[in-house]
Amino acid sequence: MPAILSIEALGKQYKSGHKALESVDLSIERGEIFALLGPNGAGKTTLISIICGTVTRSTGTITVAGHDIDHARREARQRIGLVPQEIALDMFSTVLNTVRFSRGLFGKAPDPAYIEEILRDLSLWDKRNVRTMELSGGMKRRVMIAKALSHEPELLFLDEPTAGVDVNLRRDMWALVRKLRERGMTIILTTHYIEEAEEMADRVGVINGGRLLLVEDKDALMRKMGKRQLTLTLQAPLAAIPEQLAEWSLVLAEDGLRLIYSFDAQAEDTGMPALLHRLSELGIAYRDLDTSRSTLEDIFVNLVEKAA
Amino acid sequence: MSGINLHGIWAIYRTEMARSIRTVWQSVATPVITTALYFIVFGGAIGSRMSHVGGVGYGAFIVPGLIMLSLLTQSISNASIGIYFPKFTGTMFEILSAPLNAVEAVIGYVGAAATKSVVIGLIILATATFFTDVRILHPVWMVAFLLLTSLTFSLFGFLIGIWAKNFEQLAIIPSLVITPLTFLGGAFYSIDMLPQPWRTVSLFNPVVYLVSGFRWSFYGLGDVGVGASLAFTAGFMALCLIALAWIFRTGWRLKP
Ligand SMILES: Nc1ncnc2c1ncn2[C@@H]1O[C@H](COP(=O)(O)OP(=O)(O)OP(=O)(O)O)[C@@H](O)[C@H]1O
Ligand SMILES: [Mg+2]
Repeated sequence: MPAILSIEALGKQYKSGHKALESVDLSIERGEIFALLGPNGAGKTTLISIICGTVTRSTGTITVAGHDIDHARREARQRIGLVPQEIALDMFSTVLNTVRFSRGLFGKAPDPAYIEEILRDLSLWDKRNVRTMELSGGMKRRVMIAKALSHEPELLFLDEPTAGVDVNLRRDMWALVRKLRERGMTIILTTHYIEEAEEMADRVGVINGGRLLLVEDKDALMRKMGKRQLTLTLQAPLAAIPEQLAEWSLVLAEDGLRLIYSFDAQAEDTGMPALLHRLSELGIAYRDLDTSRSTLEDIFVNLVEKAA
Repeated sequence: MSGINLHGIWAIYRTEMARSIRTVWQSVATPVITTALYFIVFGGAIGSRMSHVGGVGYGAFIVPGLIMLSLLTQSISNASIGIYFPKFTGTMFEILSAPLNAVEAVIGYVGAAATKSVVIGLIILATATFFTDVRILHPVWMVAFLLLTSLTFSLFGFLIGIWAKNFEQLAIIPSLVITPLTFLGGAFYSIDMLPQPWRTVSLFNPVVYLVSGFRWSFYGLGDVGVGASLAFTAGFMALCLIALAWIFRTGWRLKP
């Protein structure tokens, strides 16, 4: 079976002359959750918009489940659901009507039972006869999601689904995404919250300046780049790292008051107990001990800084 | 392409019609009141001092022109608002991302706008019968002109809606171009009544052809031949279709 989404050599130059995307290649497997990370203006929305057909592209080819988005427009598009970054709703329509409209627009026969199910899932059923302009921002965002799901897409795009959303709604959103994935939906989301990608994604892509810098399995990425650090605050400063400690990769900081040991978080033998043992043998006393684990955020910042 | 997206066309048509029904009072009351006013002023006050035009009483004479005036302005404003509104609110993304081709989208939007115009045209006709004696010599042609004009100018309105970048631009064509052209296009007089050179100048006014053909279907008299009227309307429709095809191919003013 072809990949649910395949992008080759995608480029976009806006009429202003700005190059928003440069030779992007990406392949998305069925059923995965893919998180696209990148700073403001990286090109995330542009990428999604081109796939969904709301922005024209300059170069490249895109297929959805093997269907070219130009030559087999209908086949490609009816598989896609889009929740854009900005909320945009027909203010005068009721929730139910606007969701029904979306389903029809995407070429599906009415299915009241299915529409009821998604509205209930999104806690919108009680509001079904309310005009969308009377809803709160969070509710409106849910309506946007309901619209995107209305035609039973196979591939769902969520462009910053949790921007400006409170903690509860964010948790709900995460739960919903997991539920959708269990039903076999493929989800591509963009986010600025690294914790979100860490929490949900199977794979992570990092984009900056219109270039896809990295695409990796999240766990592998964490393993590969995820480091742990042990920081010891010493009672008396050290002038240099004693020779007896040479087998650990240590750094001395803050005028010799801090000893920092970096190690592979996933390694079988972290070397930490041995180090602490050796320190006490050498009579090096410490006041405080702290360990930290590098997050996807550190990795991300690292990457983006390197590329800049 | 596998078949036609009938559900998509219907979704747009229905939503557009719902929008009209939401504003049914403006939609219907405005043309009815305006028409009544025209009859009181032109048909009653002025018309009583006017002789018959081509054997038709003045009140009856202006009926086709009045309907045409409403058809043009209503078609343009309905269709242009119909497509401008999604651009304005941002809901356009959904239309653009849907598995819907240009023809299907146009059928939905333009079909709804034209339907509304036809209904309004018929309401005006019905209103007119209260004020004056309306005969229709060629009812089939009358309906044909009604449909053709509504469709053509709904297409034109659709183009304006895509072109417009703000509400001012949206209003400018109907109020600054269509209404004056209609008033000067023989809606309330026969251009034969004009002195030269205005009679010749009027032949360059496209609305003359529309009004003339429509009036011919009522009373069998027109300022220009009915063939010219038909050819003009069909030609204008073709131009609008060509422009639309180009817009959808290039994404002009629709997609960055
Ligand atoms: N219509 C447009 N015309 C010209 N330039 C544009 C247009 N839309 C976006 N851009 C530019 O393209 C670049 C990428 O924008 P895009 O919206 O894709 O970024 P993003 O990664 O989604 O950012 P954010 O996280 O802020 O949403 C930006 O520099 C932006 O200014
Ligand atoms: Mg964005």
